[in-house]
Amino acid sequence: MALDKQTVAKVAHLARIRVADDELETLAGELNGIIHWVEQLGEVDTDGVEPMTSAVDLKLRLRDDEVTDGDYPDRVLSNGPSTELHFYVVPKVVE
Amino acid sequence: MSELLSLSLADARDKLRAKEITAVELTEAYIAAMDQTRDLNCYITETPDKAREMAKASDARIAAGNPGAMEGLPIGMKDLFCTDGVQSTAGSHILEGFTPTYESTVSQNLWDAGAVMLGKTNLDEFAMGSSNLTSYYGAVKNPYTKAGSNQALVPGGSSGGSAAAVAARAALAATGTDTGGSIRQPAAFAGLVGFKPTYGRCSRWGIVAFASSLDQAGPMTRTVRDSAIMLGAMAGFDAKDSTSVDMAVPDYEKALTGDIRGMKIGIPKEYRVDNMPGEIEALWKQGVEWMKDAGAEVVDVTLPHTKYALPTYYIVAPAEASSNLARYDGVRYGLRVEGKDLNEMYENTRAAGFGAEVRRRVLIGTYVLSAGYYDAYYLKAQKVRTRIAQDFKNAWGQCDLVLTPTTPSAAFGMDEKFDDPVAMYLNDVFTVPASLAGLPGISVPAGVDKDGLPLGLQLIGPAFGEETVLRAAGVLEQAAGFSAKPALMAA
Repeated sequence: MALDKQTVAKVAHLARIRVADDELETLAGELNGIIHWVEQLGEVDTDGVEPMTSAVDLKLRLRDDEVTDGDYPDRVLSNGPSTELHFYVVPKVVE
Repeated sequence: MSELLSLSLADARDKLRAKEITAVELTEAYIAAMDQTRDLNCYITETPDKAREMAKASDARIAAGNPGAMEGLPIGMKDLFCTDGVQSTAGSHILEGFTPTYESTVSQNLWDAGAVMLGKTNLDEFAMGSSNLTSYYGAVKNPYTKAGSNQALVPGGSSGGSAAAVAARAALAATGTDTGGSIRQPAAFAGLVGFKPTYGRCSRWGIVAFASSLDQAGPMTRTVRDSAIMLGAMAGFDAKDSTSVDMAVPDYEKALTGDIRGMKIGIPKEYRVDNMPGEIEALWKQGVEWMKDAGAEVVDVTLPHTKYALPTYYIVAPAEASSNLARYDGVRYGLRVEGKDLNEMYENTRAAGFGAEVRRRVLIGTYVLSAGYYDAYYLKAQKVRTRIAQDFKNAWGQCDLVLTPTTPSAAFGMDEKFDDPVAMYLNDVFTVPASLAGLPGISVPAGVDKDGLPLGLQLIGPAFGEETVLRAAGVLEQAAGFSAKPALMAA
């Protein structure tokens, strides 16, 4: 599977990272190198093998559904690049 | 001063408790050492005032007869751990100036045990790298150099600042995190003991996430005993981490009996890779002899899927990273670069905030998770991961531990070019399998190459086999008698 410039541009948009047009070619080359290298996994017989989704054999714990934390908006917002009245400020989303 | 800096963590602890030295004296010695070694760029943020305050409080607790396990011991904190009121950058521009209002569980555990924070150590950006060259805050120099050469060498990565600081005596010990080898590889490059415990042993809460199914914190120290003491203080159940394991933390220091008679050490033939330097092969053989001399039984084992561990890792880790790093969007913390609308603001922020390696991995991760490719790449990698973990489970039927080299080479030059990203990834060939299987692995300094650079041997154990790993590591350390000292060291 070869990644062309268009695919890299599409993936970059999905990842929300702006990539300049003149970088696409180099990036496509690097990503292709990595993808080509990982494709050797195709040699491994994985028929009937369950995917490993956790590094430990454990069941996720359940806890009581109650509020145990919160109520400190100043702390939560203290690192926001732009905040106002306990809200994060972002560019206009809805016209 | 120099006498204080040459103490191991265990010796310093004992002298503090015996009131032969004070935490303030010890801390002042290390603050001076940070000054002397600043050229190495070990720290992103130094916190000498905080260190002095913490040391004073430690002396008071010692005077009151109530010292913790790490009381008065000055350490470096990898800048991937969130620290309350102290900038936490993950080595990235996108988190420059980020000052958490909370403390990671592992760092809190260490402060509760009395440890003193010297500062936040440098690392590869978001812990992605094997050289510390990807840090936005500059590369770290390895305090070791080749005999008769001035060439600056990398300290390994991603915990390169921690490794350089401990080796150069700019910290008594330091925390690391290991996703594919980020504790063990820099420990090997800097002549240290680096221990990645079993996944779930240390809480991940408050550690900036890279690949959540792999990330695990651990100690970087000068001796195996120091590693045992520090791991004991870091580990433990944490309700705030859903993958934290609810299991009592043993007294790891007690595991260091020096007796491995009858222990079975497995030697996996698949770790003999092409182009491995003869010195590393020889050191591995020497390690086998040391184990035999100590009364262990050495057996050949097979881990047939070893060669697929790296490509598996380079699908799983970037996939998880692309998801974890989605949170850096210029809205809640860190860098923001404005744009004409919200999407452009996201794209501009992330373009300016992420370095080349992070961008590469986020794009790979996004690609392998995208519609149409998920099954072919991500699901396939998760299935191969099952087989890699199964290889180890099979091996545990024949042996108690596995012995391998830690890295396929000694530290390399900062100026060596890696035009091919895959060539850099090969640094982790021996450390990634244990990461994928979630197993404890320790690197012990075992010898030097022809240029006098440190080389490490790795012991891997079954899940929660930390005590067995430490016991054998102690024997290995004793037999190797590693005594090399870096060219650059605070005195």
